[in-house]
Amino acid sequence: MNLRNVATVYRKELTEWLRDKRTLVSTVLVPLLAFPILMVGMTSLMTIMIGKAEKETAKVIVIGGDDSPQVVEKLREVKDLEIVPYAEDWKKRISEKEIRAAVDIPKGFESALASGEAQTVKIYFYQGEIKSSFGANHVEKFFDDYRDSVISGRLTARNLPTALLKPFEVKQENVAPPEKVSGAALGGLLGYMVILLSMTGAIYPAIDLTAGEKERGTMETILSSPLSRVDLVLGKFFLVLSASLATAILSIISMGTSFYLVGHSPAMAQKDAAVFQLHIGLPTVLSVFLMALPLAVLFASALLTIALFAKSYKEAQSYLTPMTFIVVIPAVASLLPGFDLNPKLALVPILSTSLVCKEIVAGTFHWNYILLILLSSSVYAAAALFIAVKMFQRESVLFRS
Amino acid sequence: MIEARGLSKRFQDKKRGEIRAVDNVSFACQPGKIYGLLGANGAGKTTTLRMLATILEPTDGTAVVCGYDVIEQPEKVRANVGFLSTATALYPRLTAQELVEYFGRLNGLDEATLKKRVDDIFNRLDMNGFRDRRCDKLSTGMKQKTSIARTLVHDPPVMIFDEPTTGLDVMTARTIITFISDCRERGKAIIFSTHIMSEVERLCDHIGIIHDGKLLAHGTVSELRAKYAEHNLEEIIVKVVGPLLKNSEA
Repeated sequence: MNLRNVATVYRKELTEWLRDKRTLVSTVLVPLLAFPILMVGMTSLMTIMIGKAEKETAKVIVIGGDDSPQVVEKLREVKDLEIVPYAEDWKKRISEKEIRAAVDIPKGFESALASGEAQTVKIYFYQGEIKSSFGANHVEKFFDDYRDSVISGRLTARNLPTALLKPFEVKQENVAPPEKVSGAALGGLLGYMVILLSMTGAIYPAIDLTAGEKERGTMETILSSPLSRVDLVLGKFFLVLSASLATAILSIISMGTSFYLVGHSPAMAQKDAAVFQLHIGLPTVLSVFLMALPLAVLFASALLTIALFAKSYKEAQSYLTPMTFIVVIPAVASLLPGFDLNPKLALVPILSTSLVCKEIVAGTFHWNYILLILLSSSVYAAAALFIAVKMFQRESVLFRS
Repeated sequence: MIEARGLSKRFQDKKRGEIRAVDNVSFACQPGKIYGLLGANGAGKTTTLRMLATILEPTDGTAVVCGYDVIEQPEKVRANVGFLSTATALYPRLTAQELVEYFGRLNGLDEATLKKRVDDIFNRLDMNGFRDRRCDKLSTGMKQKTSIARTLVHDPPVMIFDEPTTGLDVMTARTIITFISDCRERGKAIIFSTHIMSEVERLCDHIGIIHDGKLLAHGTVSELRAKYAEHNLEEIIVKVVGPLLKNSEA
């Protein structure tokens, strides 16, 4: 191996890569803009939609209730509801979003209430339709409040304290520090994104530097130079690795910024935004990158090898697109709740890295697993690089026709 | 300077089985001479030249280029060879100068020598007008000149040209022919394959006629003319290859 030659190949590949407009789009623009647009755009849109739905005065039909004028009158007084005249086709009207809900007040509701007889008020709505759900919720809240007022009225009438209604309160409270809250909720996402992006960031340059060279006819030109095949593949490999890491780093910066913006937005300030406020420090991010580095080497080498086998750019694309699924499936599996590291899983590439990243972000460091995963993924990476070098020495692959 | 010793290359094809692309080919070319390799498409010319340039490894036999064995020391061989073919394209996103410099560095030239060499070649080939233009913006003629500059940057004693004028216009082809002739004047050993007989007559000191991977005839142009009692080179090729074609058709 001649380091000077490796550096010469790397510099040349970098120059060509930076001059390619497609590179600018796939490595710089997409990762930088995709997250802010997706996150900020989606959250703003959702906030606007939910806000609109919440503010809407829901049209509701009352079924029955002729013998319970008081409760119907009180229902009419609810400011978020508009009671519309009864119609036979109320089910159809709910489905067609003409009205939001219907409430069925049983016959003799008020008299039954006075006699202490139990009965059921039914609320009909359109499941999954947000405005209908809000309408139904308003109706339900009215009846909940009405029930409470009836109970407290009865207690007062018998000179009993209203505390009888609620002898004790039950309340949940979080004790985990903020970084662990966000870590558990979104921690897996950081590792998943670094892994996935270091893979997708490597695809285009891997194709361009192998099948692309074959298609452009420059492979034979470079093979006629005194450069050894080992130096050639290493120069190319380092460029693909750089592209892969650049995509991942830019994406993480962009993702971090997006989370910050969403977590600190006025809309989120009113809600429980703890999960969105990622308390992930630089050391954690660096640890995730360190864990993902052998995987990036594995991806760069494997993609170079597969793309080299292809005769054309198109053929290489058809080989590499399914590779994304091979990476996505174990990475997504690691996000499933209850999926935890064990010695066997620590040897499964991609899945192990994704799982350990989830733990690191949540602030848990299982050093024995971390070392085992680093070691195993480094062995896989070295094997993949070795195969890539061997492939560049095979005439049947380089001159496949 | 260049000596092919029983060079052979076999490929495995799924449909056709084993293919003998080159079969026991031997010839030699001395410094200051041009050896022309003639034959139909698929005769084995390109495979032979690729083996001499160490892009492909021979299955049997070997070749020695400038004292280096193509199998044992392929990188040394390549450092002494300038290889130009229709398949050796240019990197589209590099400028003409960057491309030539890249190959100079890969050939181990230090920066001072490289600069001097690049300036000299760009002046000699009249390339200064487009030295900073990207290769994908060059005309065909400019591209050929850049390819020539690429093969010359390390001043190799051996040049291998595989159909270098195919698909070129008259003026560009003329530049290439003049360049090859110039290489001979400078004492380089040259191997050259072509289909154009006027180029053979103008350039080649020796010729070899290859068909179906086998070298069927070789010698100087005048030797072959005397042997086959024919002045026209095309007729000589027909006389050499014709009987084999009839046999294979029968």
